[in-house]
Amino acid sequence: MTDMKNLSKLNKLKLAGVELTSRFFIGTALYPSPQVLSDAITASGAEVVTVSLKRQLQHNGSQSAAAAASNDFYAQIKASANRGNLRFLPNTAGCRTAREAVTLAQMAREVFGTNWIKLEVVGDEYTLQPDPFELVTAAEILTKDGFEVFPYCTDDLVSCQRLLDVGCRILMPWGSPIGSGQGLINPYALRTLRARLPEATLVVDAGIGSPSDASQAMELGFDAVLLNSAVALAHDPVVMARAFKLAIEAGRLGYEAGVMAKQDMAVATTPVTGQPFVL
Amino acid sequence: MTSSINVTLNGEARIEPIGISLAELIASLGHTPQSLATAINQHFVPRDARAARILVHGDAITTFQPITGG
Repeated sequence: MTDMKNLSKLNKLKLAGVELTSRFFIGTALYPSPQVLSDAITASGAEVVTVSLKRQLQHNGSQSAAAAASNDFYAQIKASANRGNLRFLPNTAGCRTAREAVTLAQMAREVFGTNWIKLEVVGDEYTLQPDPFELVTAAEILTKDGFEVFPYCTDDLVSCQRLLDVGCRILMPWGSPIGSGQGLINPYALRTLRARLPEATLVVDAGIGSPSDASQAMELGFDAVLLNSAVALAHDPVVMARAFKLAIEAGRLGYEAGVMAKQDMAVATTPVTGQPFVL
Repeated sequence: MTSSINVTLNGEARIEPIGISLAELIASLGHTPQSLATAINQHFVPRDARAARILVHGDAITTFQPITGG
């Protein structure tokens, strides 16, 4: 039991040897403006933000409008990171093979100055489902090379075990396909991962649509939630970032407090003595 | 005896002088060394190895910049 003065304190998250207060990792893409992005990060309370690398397209001196806009967004997060407590989690978005992902991870380590890498290797174009085989191959190479690998994976128990076998300490299974907003389509699989992999740090990544989806993930005992579109594409991303912050805290507190067991039969809440009236 | 080589930079054909290093090419584009990552023929070339990597005819150079991501 917790005494009243500690009631508002969540247990901290130990992530790759780092202690974090927030269990909300936020993506930085798709926001309507750099200012909204910055305000949403602040409102989220997140201490981990995802970033990426892209191949440059032209070098003729005249930068395209899209490239210039892209720089504005990144400059905004960099400024936010310099002001506060933000850690970058670079991804390997767009990679189709282990080899591509390893090369991009090496570049990300140099550019962002971190050994953290969100490892993404896509195996199917329609669902953007991670390729479990290429993922394990890349994860093994990268963990041996000193990376802290955060693999974006499916909820398949055995492929998750293989990722741990090759040195991952963190797993980031999908709730549903990236950007779909479908929430947790297989809670059974996620619950099984939590039960079978008690030592792993588990983060639901992708598919979260509403704050209640994030709460649900936290109530299942997941250590954190990573999402992007659900905030960036909301009518008001800044307010939604705060909604997710509160939902994630509520879900975590619910998990730590211990949710009551379900049962089929009703159990009267109010104590009564027999029947109030016998008419 | 030719004094130049043909390479590609992010898919675009370029003619560069013989003996130019990757570091010199990056500098000639106006980029600071730490603002981007580089690869040649799909192999990562770390920042501190760029000066020693002399470009050769047919090299495919790619450069990567930081952006937002999910």
